Amino acid sequence: MTSAPAQPDWTLAPATPPRATSAITDPPWVRVLLIGVALAFLGLFLVLPLVTVFAQAFSKGIGVYVDAITDPMALAAMRLTLLVAAVSVPINAVFGIAAAWAIAKFEFRGKSLLIALIDLPFAVSPVVSGLIFVLLFGAQGLVGPWLIEHGVRIIFAVPGILLATTFITFPFVARELIPLMQEQGTDEEEAAVSLGASGFQVFRRVTLPNVSLGLLYGIVLLNARAMGEFGAVSVVSGHIRGQTNTMPLHVEILYNEYQGAAAFAVASLLALLAVVTLIVKRGLEWRMGRASRAI
Amino acid sequence: MGLLRTRRSVLPGFGLTLGFTVIYLSLLILIPLAGLFVKSASLTGAEFLAAVGSPRALAAYRLSFGASFAAAATNAGFGLLVAWVLVRYRFPGRGVVDALVDLPFALPTAVAGITLTTLLAKNGWLGRYLEPLGISVAYTPLGITVALVFIGLPFVVRTVQPVLQDLEPELEEAAASLGANRFETFRRVLFPTLWPALVTGFALAFARSLGEYGSVVFISGNMPMKTEIAPLLIVTQLEQYEYGAATAIAAVLLVLSFVLLLGINAFQRYGTRRLAGAGTSS
Amino acid sequence: MSIEAHSITKSFGTFEALRSVNLDVKEGELVALLGPSGSGKTTLLRIIAGLEFADAGNVLFDGEDATERSARDRRVGFVFQHYALFRHMSVFENVAFGLRVRPRRDRPAKREIDERVHELLRLVQLDGMSQRLPSQLSGGQRQRVALARALAVRPRVLLLDEPFGALDSRVRKDLRRWLRELHDELHITSVFVTHDQEEALELADRVVVMNQGRIEQVGTPEQVYHEPATRFVYEFLGDVNIFRERSEDPRHGGIYVRPHCVDITRQPGGAGTMSARVQRVHVAGPTVKVELVTDIGDLVQAEISQQQQRHLVLAREDQVFVRPVESRAFDEDYSI
Repeated sequence: MTSAPAQPDWTLAPATPPRATSAITDPPWVRVLLIGVALAFLGLFLVLPLVTVFAQAFSKGIGVYVDAITDPMALAAMRLTLLVAAVSVPINAVFGIAAAWAIAKFEFRGKSLLIALIDLPFAVSPVVSGLIFVLLFGAQGLVGPWLIEHGVRIIFAVPGILLATTFITFPFVARELIPLMQEQGTDEEEAAVSLGASGFQVFRRVTLPNVSLGLLYGIVLLNARAMGEFGAVSVVSGHIRGQTNTMPLHVEILYNEYQGAAAFAVASLLALLAVVTLIVKRGLEWRMGRASRAI
Repeated sequence: MGLLRTRRSVLPGFGLTLGFTVIYLSLLILIPLAGLFVKSASLTGAEFLAAVGSPRALAAYRLSFGASFAAAATNAGFGLLVAWVLVRYRFPGRGVVDALVDLPFALPTAVAGITLTTLLAKNGWLGRYLEPLGISVAYTPLGITVALVFIGLPFVVRTVQPVLQDLEPELEEAAASLGANRFETFRRVLFPTLWPALVTGFALAFARSLGEYGSVVFISGNMPMKTEIAPLLIVTQLEQYEYGAATAIAAVLLVLSFVLLLGINAFQRYGTRRLAGAGTSS
Repeated sequence: MSIEAHSITKSFGTFEALRSVNLDVKEGELVALLGPSGSGKTTLLRIIAGLEFADAGNVLFDGEDATERSARDRRVGFVFQHYALFRHMSVFENVAFGLRVRPRRDRPAKREIDERVHELLRLVQLDGMSQRLPSQLSGGQRQRVALARALAVRPRVLLLDEPFGALDSRVRKDLRRWLRELHDELHITSVFVTHDQEEALELADRVVVMNQGRIEQVGTPEQVYHEPATRFVYEFLGDVNIFRERSEDPRHGGIYVRPHCVDITRQPGGAGTMSARVQRVHVAGPTVKVELVTDIGDLVQAEISQQQQRHLVLAREDQVFVRPVESRAFDEDYSI
């Protein structure tokens, strides 16, 4: 019988470089060179594109910019994007919490299979993800014809987009919470039970506050992905203007019609979302006291 | 439920949460995925092979694999450099740069796609300098690779960073006290420790690039046999209602990606086991 | 409330943690479960608490079978080894927790909860710290909060899992004394788990010595120390020397002698004397520790007072005589 190790201190500041002593410090010219090359690389691949989005968006003047983002089709696309986020985020958050609770607090057979399954969307190309829903619900799909007969359109309609996006994004919260809850162990929950708390009380009063930052972090990542998903949504949406176009799809249409500035105008909103996501992500990481890690 | 659980626990909610999780997973993943394989199975063997082995499909795999590999390799090299610089050195704006590394994760792929295309086209801000040098980037495999470098950039950096962060200075101090210079210390002491993380990051970038669509579809020009990546081929087949062919190619891609993912997981476990007890603290 | 455990058996996979263990704790007693790691003591404690379930056997509280009752319904106060304080709640909220999660009809009014919490914080001498977070407390303070939290719900039994294990020795000694005083004041039936024999002997009314899932002996501290029932108990509680006769079979048990029961003389003593050579003499606080080797090669660790050393003036390489004054032999079965 083992107890959890001493609880980690979530208020630590982010990690600083290891203490530098003269024996292991690189000579200044090496440092300058390496930093220079790294920054050049990042500048080229990250900063330049980011700047380009905004530069191109305003390249034909503010008038065109405003027109582009207030265009009815653009607004419809924004509404759809927000709807997609509003649906997929809560539902996947609930799933993530349930899955993390089951995996972190209990021992059972097949746990590693479950964890591998949760990672599945990361292994699948977005196009393939969209395809499998087409195969199921499309006009020539397995259950598609039956559903269409009964007036339910999934593919080439909003439900398909919701479904595909929910599929793509469901691991985010789970992957964030599972290691977090595992790290936190079961001691506090056991203490709560021994003090007479019911299951729901244990979850609400003890577990949830402990994982609130991790949950928020997962939700932020989930949201960014849900709003920005392109490949899967492209396959299932049918690109019906005003109805089944999300913002990324709308950008594609504008670009393909050589309306570059308008395309970048709408894209700039998405880029802004990306920047805000990065800032919030960073802030949460700092609050949680750990170094950045890959999603 | 008694059969499933290996230890009776005092915490409540097992049945509820596991049940919900399994149902959700089945509805959302397993059933649709099964649909994919059922549909593929509906093709005859000959049809399947024809779709999967057609010259166009083979060209698409070659391109996807080749470009992904090249991009992941580039990211491995530069990613290591970036991780090193971020962890080891202090310079103004380090925090911002560190946060920026995640941009490819946060930015929608379509936005990345149109932006890179615009930059690298003949009259783009970068393209106009490369064109006179005879380097065409947009609408070529090179362009695809560049887009994939962007997409995969965070993977290596974020896998290597934590390992670098946890390195004990004592290792390097020991090497220095034994007479090694900085380069040798890096080559013989640090690099072997970083190698597993590097490989993992490479594999993750590679896997991600294989299936990438949004950022590539604009810059590639989508010319069959030349710049058509596998995911695009699938979409094209779909648009032509060639469901069978699309499914077959998708199935192959899916299996390959899955194998890759399992390989990465296995390698990660192997890597952590190997390095446990390597020295100062584990 | 009295506790009885009958024939408790528990395995984790292939590991047998408890083998048909029987325990009897009387109302108001302070009992120690003492043993090395893997002896099953924590498992037994958790089974009594309802945090684990035995594979076989019963747990009775005041004669009533509580085996199938959940931890929630047993009204036991459990203090965890690493405190398990709710990290995001203040000291006050931690202690109040058990009272706040009561079903609405049983729940005391807010003012009552306030009073009770402050009463307990005064009891554990943490009254000024009610708004602090666990991360702002020292180990000893956290332990006291954990105790106050467990006592808040007026448990019938108090169970403590290695309560002082994670603290440094000064704090440990203080808290030990304080726990004993607390128990004397409150008279709650208490069971605590420890691997530190000094702690068990100092605190408990009765000590239960456990080893490899079985109980080796139950008795008062005097009983288990001076009248150990088995070789294991003897060796676990205090240092031990094993004396063998010259002609004896090396596999034989030999006789067990405590270091302070070895008589060292310059002249041969009575029956049972053996000659030995002094290897090392060093002063350890109030006593002097002497290491000797008998002429058949056995290592002997003896403890004599400073006064005796002033009289004997032992030094390295001295040839002296040793004689066990008080000893014990065990009829053990031999392992083959």
